[in-house]
Amino acid sequence: MRKMIEGSRAVAEAVALCRPDVISAYPITPQTHIVEDLSQMVADGQLDAEYIRVESEHSAASACLGAVAAGSRAYSATTSQGMMLMIEVLYNIAGMRLPLVITGVNRALSAPLSIWNDQQDTMGIRDTGWLQLYAENSQDALDMHIQAYKIAEDDRVLLPVMVCMDGFVLTHTYESVDMPEQEQVDAFLPRYNPLYRLDPEDPYTLGAFVGPEAYHEVRYVLQQDCLGAKEVVKEVARDFQKAFGRWSGDVIDTYHCDDAETIVVALGTLVGTLKDWVDARRAEGQKVGVVKLRCFRPFPGEELVEAVSGAKQVVVLEKAVSVGAQGIVASELRSALYGKATVPVACSFVGLGGRDITFDTIDEACKRAGDGETEFFAGLRTEVLEEA
Amino acid sequence: MTAAELLAVAAFDGGKEAQAFPAFGVERRGAPVMAFCRISDNPIRIRSQITTPDFVIVQDPSLMETVDVLAGLKPDGTVLVNSEHKPEELKMDTKAKVVTFPATQIALDELGRPIMNTAILGAFAGLSGLITFDAIERSISHRFGEELGERNIKAARRAYELMKEQNA
Repeated sequence: MRKMIEGSRAVAEAVALCRPDVISAYPITPQTHIVEDLSQMVADGQLDAEYIRVESEHSAASACLGAVAAGSRAYSATTSQGMMLMIEVLYNIAGMRLPLVITGVNRALSAPLSIWNDQQDTMGIRDTGWLQLYAENSQDALDMHIQAYKIAEDDRVLLPVMVCMDGFVLTHTYESVDMPEQEQVDAFLPRYNPLYRLDPEDPYTLGAFVGPEAYHEVRYVLQQDCLGAKEVVKEVARDFQKAFGRWSGDVIDTYHCDDAETIVVALGTLVGTLKDWVDARRAEGQKVGVVKLRCFRPFPGEELVEAVSGAKQVVVLEKAVSVGAQGIVASELRSALYGKATVPVACSFVGLGGRDITFDTIDEACKRAGDGETEFFAGLRTEVLEEA
Repeated sequence: MTAAELLAVAAFDGGKEAQAFPAFGVERRGAPVMAFCRISDNPIRIRSQITTPDFVIVQDPSLMETVDVLAGLKPDGTVLVNSEHKPEELKMDTKAKVVTFPATQIALDELGRPIMNTAILGAFAGLSGLITFDAIERSISHRFGEELGERNIKAARRAYELMKEQNA
């Protein structure tokens, strides 16, 4: 059913449609509305799940870890500082191969304190072994949660998935979505049937001490399976399209890239703004296109290379900085292109801490890239710099 | 934000696409805040804040002393101000159309509290013609339920009819 709702509400309803057994979360802006809605559904008896209240995000992640290890389907959501507090447990969840799904609401990191959107938080946990999908709009966020459980619980994957959605820009925005029916979701996503689960009748140990004779191999298998999950992400996107009639890309999606001279690469809601920008600039005769990086982990290097190789330049717009190094997506893309194509890749940092991203911002990034700059911050306010 | 949300819901109910979102700054009742709404016949993809509006709604006229409410307003646009005064008495420096209506008074009369969201919704519909009153009624009763909805619909209707009269 199509309806006009807040992005957080859309995600809460999608999670409920996935029939989680256990939900545990600690409220933090701008993630709060999602878990408030879910706890209300549980309290009202509309959702048959256990809602475990905890005193921190570390505990929320730990409760979910235990729940999935015992064979449940579990859910949590967090953002920013809360996500940072979860990190130790996030590594454990991936290492134990537990198919948990978490909404990673994107927000800036302290200090200075900011509650506004960028993607430094989820980019900061990119090496944990979690899969990461980035939502362009509320519909995408909703659909990704249903796909995320399907991907995570696939025997070929058995890894946690984080659905990343821009804080405020999606969580606090009202827009229309098509909410699937329960029967449709049930048919697409059967009950979780774990290969292994903790059981007192048949005890085994999970995440135990492993010496140098085997740890190396465990990490090798984790790496192989995470890279291999790319095919499952694609397969699930195709199956989802068959079942629900919607497509928003698999590991990537492209918009007017075929004859594009300049291709802009971005993740999340910025892709929507870029599509309007492409239409506007094409109307003026500029050959521009957009690549949406929908799945960031595993990194779809081959698919990106194929999408951008014909362009004269690539501009990556990044809402995260690897401080002391380079743009994260840009450097991974350059690495993927190495030895395969020679298209130059520029990185422009944009929209940090909620700074509005306009057509002017995008024009500036493309102009400076065309002038030969490779790493820069677009839209710097000189009056603020002078004060600092 | 409630007014923007109600606008979006009513526009959607009337068959349009809509997007409502808060300004990315502090949001709490009583502090000066901004919220935005886009209404379109096509799916809305852009996420930038709105800097060149067609329509500006000022809920609290005292804000005009500290905030440039006309910033970016298109010359053929409209500014709708909650005020007991006539438009020319506000001496607003703009080519855009200036319209006033007593939202606070309507809210106090109908709801007993100075919460003007539904009166504003009615006024916007009456003035812009972008939303039917039917759609407004449905979105208000959906949001506020029967009893409170009824009173809010009365507030919206008064503002709607006032705007229709003024612009007949």
